[in-house]
Amino acid sequence: MMLHSKLSSNPAKNYTVATLVSVGKHPKSGRPRRSDQDSKALELALNMDNRSVHVIHAGDSSDPLRQSVLREYLGMGLERIDVTRQNANSDAVPALVERLKMLQADVVLTGSRAESGEGSGMVPYLIAQALGWPMVPAAVEVTAAGDGEFEILQALPRGQRRLLKVRAPFVASVDSAAAESRQTAWASGQRGQLQEMAIGSNPDEVMSQVTVEPARKRPKRIASAKKAKTAADRFKAATAKSASKGGAILVKESAEEKAQVIYDLLVSQGVINKKK
Amino acid sequence: MSDLIRKDPRKDWILRNRLHPLHEQVAAEMNGPAAEVRGPSGLIRRNPHAVGFIGPNGIKRIDRLGGSAAAAAGAKREQKEEQLPIIAIDAPQAYVAVVVDMPNGELSAHDKDVLGQARALADAAEDTAVLAVVFGPVKAALGTEANPDHPLGLAGVDRVVVFDSEAYQGFAPEQQLEAMLAVERTLEPAQWLFPDTHLSGNDRALRLAARLGERPIMHAWQIKNGKVTSRGGSELTDITRELASARILALASECAMPVDEARYEARVIASPAVPDVLTRIKDAGAVAVDPNQISLGEAEFILSAGNGIHDWDQFHEAARVLGATEGASRVAVDDGFMPRFRQVGATGTWVTARVYIAVGISGAVQHLQGIGSCEKVIAINTDAGCDMVKRADLSVIGDSQEILAALMAKVQADGAADGDEGKHDVA
Ligand SMILES: Cc1cc2nc3c(=O)[nH]c(=O)nc-3n(C[C@H](O)[C@H](O)[C@H](O)COP(=O)(O)OP(=O)(O)OC[C@H]3O[C@@H](n4cnc5c(N)ncnc54)[C@H](O)[C@@H]3O)c2cc1C
Repeated sequence: MMLHSKLSSNPAKNYTVATLVSVGKHPKSGRPRRSDQDSKALELALNMDNRSVHVIHAGDSSDPLRQSVLREYLGMGLERIDVTRQNANSDAVPALVERLKMLQADVVLTGSRAESGEGSGMVPYLIAQALGWPMVPAAVEVTAAGDGEFEILQALPRGQRRLLKVRAPFVASVDSAAAESRQTAWASGQRGQLQEMAIGSNPDEVMSQVTVEPARKRPKRIASAKKAKTAADRFKAATAKSASKGGAILVKESAEEKAQVIYDLLVSQGVINKKK
Repeated sequence: MSDLIRKDPRKDWILRNRLHPLHEQVAAEMNGPAAEVRGPSGLIRRNPHAVGFIGPNGIKRIDRLGGSAAAAAGAKREQKEEQLPIIAIDAPQAYVAVVVDMPNGELSAHDKDVLGQARALADAAEDTAVLAVVFGPVKAALGTEANPDHPLGLAGVDRVVVFDSEAYQGFAPEQQLEAMLAVERTLEPAQWLFPDTHLSGNDRALRLAARLGERPIMHAWQIKNGKVTSRGGSELTDITRELASARILALASECAMPVDEARYEARVIASPAVPDVLTRIKDAGAVAVDPNQISLGEAEFILSAGNGIHDWDQFHEAARVLGATEGASRVAVDDGFMPRFRQVGATGTWVTARVYIAVGISGAVQHLQGIGSCEKVIAINTDAGCDMVKRADLSVIGDSQEILAALMAKVQADGAADGDEGKHDVA
């Protein structure tokens, strides 16, 4: 309802955002749930101005467990989700591309990596390739700057951010660092519609030839164990302390001199910039 | 004289045989003057004070190894620096390409692991060379001559292609993809390996795979017996498939041991011509982030307060001026001066900051555990004997209030970064 009122009040600036959602998996319990990144992507879409949001899911929706997960997305305040029904273990990309072409979306938002299955993160790239659109990874904020231009805030490691500018249409994948998604309300989830649409499914042959097992714990690398030729060397490598053995100590200098030494170290480490 | 330890088997044998007529003589030779003498009653008497010898640091040492250690104890054996052999592949028939991250122009540990894996794959095939594809400048100069002592040569690289023009700087995935496609056309690598890193290796691998219509193997962590094992979504599953089924692989860190037994040529080859692409994604640069919005575990630069802070307004001001994320010791938190989520240490956050300034923190083990992976630690403390000073790379002894004031004055005078505007580019 909210979506439509906005849509009609300002038709000139309107654009369509398509969000792709999948059935996630809780990382500890393995239970189906709203995928974390997908719901963050949906949250991003819902917070954009003057847009209409279409939520698309491709997959085997006959399973009641999966349906209940889709209803969790509906519970974020949606009226409906487009479900393009696919057989289990099929490649969802062709169906999604076909659906997006029909929809004529301007912006496609996805998660960065699926929580179940292979989770290679290939889907947004394949869609962008098929549609011939640019693909922007790790978005945390998307804002329309007018004239079909969008500004995207991208998450870099260590909490840093970078601003990118791109023209619609484009595909963006959303990073886990994006704002938390809103809670889902059970009642509105039940009220929303799962609108099914049949698009032929393509079996994923590669995934049927692999072996999938529960994740094994990765062996820890033992420091330079390979290089150590004698028992004494191996013992040393295993027990060596990594902590540094004490550095320079300044005692007698004046406070200004001490500050200067700290300042020089900070500049040489690049954590503060010197302007002059 | 050779400093190799030579054993005299005859002497060893005499030493073991107490009834040998020469036993005492030999034992004395090994362990100093008569440790064992026959007393007047005919019994053997042992003189414990005569056993052993005085070591180089003045401590008595008892040698139970029959003299072989005594020889080594005198002078530390001088170690000959072994030159690693150079392995050259003169006419490579095929390539394993590795697109290295090289943040700041230097190989990361992850890069070296991936190069180690590439080396293993190349060595398993005939006449195959490891090709490093580098975007951006390389710190140590490279040349078209063989350069085995270059970090790339030591890491196992035979050939290098460098793309370092302006167009590849910053976030330029489209131009970089075009360069990878040019390498693909001219050199046709048998495999493409990438470090599986956020926004660099991972993004490049996916772009290349999507463009070439290849199915990549992402998040791979083991290649063994022609099979690749990778982590599935949510890190809950291991997916194993044939190595031959994919040409593009993104590898996790510690996927293989880095090269350490030979040097390779690291010879730059002419980079193929790359058409300029229309950049549709424009990089508008780094955005200033409020350092206190960055989660403590991720922050790069932390100013941490302990019980030695008496002027808290000044501390917050210092953090703002320096542009540092605030941290605290448990005492500062328990006393109510800092919120709980700022606590660093065993029961707080394990931080990974590159630079950590500990102001008035004594360095209890519980605190030191939390800063184990910090690269540079600076201590400001009145007590020169405290544990934080032992851990720190730079310690400044003095009153925290005075030193913070001087440091702030210094930063402001130099017009250096203020918390709100100055942000380093992390590209
Ligand atoms: C189970 C357990 C878990 C714990 N977990 C944590 C944890 O996660 N994190 C943590 O931090 N602690 C933890 N602690 C507490 C820890 O053992 C120490 O008590 C605490 O770290 C000490 O904090 P501090 O260094 O700030 O205070 P103090 O030990 O009181 O040290 C204050 C320091 O400030 C210096 N100083 C005083 N005045 C000045 C001045 N004017 N200028 C400069 N320097 C001055 C002093 O020389 C001293 O070195 C834990 C303890 C327990 C038992």
